[in-house]
Amino acid sequence: MIDLGPHTNFIVAAYVGVALVTLALIVWTAWRSRDVKGRLAALEAQGIRRRSDSTT
Amino acid sequence: MIVPLAIVTALLFAVALYLAFFRAPLESENVGTTLPILYVHVPNAWLSQFAYGLMFVAAFGTLVWRHPLADVAAKAAAPLGAGFTALALYTGALWGRPTWGTFWEWDGRMTSTLILLFIYLSIIALWRAFEDQLKAARIVAIVTLVGGIDIPIIKFSVDWWNTLHQPASIITGTGPRMAGSIFLPLILMVLAFTLLFLTLHLSTMRTEILRRRVETLSRQAAARTGA
Repeated sequence: MIDLGPHTNFIVAAYVGVALVTLALIVWTAWRSRDVKGRLAALEAQGIRRRSDSTT
Repeated sequence: MIVPLAIVTALLFAVALYLAFFRAPLESENVGTTLPILYVHVPNAWLSQFAYGLMFVAAFGTLVWRHPLADVAAKAAAPLGAGFTALALYTGALWGRPTWGTFWEWDGRMTSTLILLFIYLSIIALWRAFEDQLKAARIVAIVTLVGGIDIPIIKFSVDWWNTLHQPASIITGTGPRMAGSIFLPLILMVLAFTLLFLTLHLSTMRTEILRRRVETLSRQAAARTGA
């Protein structure tokens, strides 16, 4: 175990906070991407495509 | 592009953290035993301004060249910038308590960084307030350019006013003011966080482009149903 000295609590709180917020940003980014791709797939499954796609 | 970038980011984090906790000293002469907090505070403080710099350039892209990708880049950067600014303030407070005896002081550096967070939150609110995203982009671009005045204030606040915050110690005229064994993990952490930001930014931009396509298709579907 690393000895972080007398301010261990502050150091641990800083790293835990950064890890949690960073993780939240990653999860939020991934979730939004998945959600939008799902909605796009649903629309395309109904045969709704961009006009530029349907002409090619 | 995003997956390889994410892998490089994870590897860089692993190397930087290994160097920081197992190779570099855990305390230094000028900051004492709170040194490890700087390895997360400095990158977040850097990103808080880097993200804004990117939005500032994108604002020009929106207003001058009217490039739609500029809107997308600016919109995608705002929530990320807000998150990293909040982390800069949080880690700064945790560093300040044992070092200066206080979590918060209304000094130039801390107050101007708090104002930056409020600017980010205002910009996010503006994006959400308008249904017409082209109109929102132009208004946000103007607000971003005006709010950009805060960035030099943050940078030079430690020189202009009496402050608890120490002056620049990485980018100085005479080079970094710290031992090489501390500078290396610090700069690697800055790089790792910057790559993390770029990974998330690219992913968020792609999502925003797809979201706009979904909106267009939904309108097309509604029009077809109505016809």
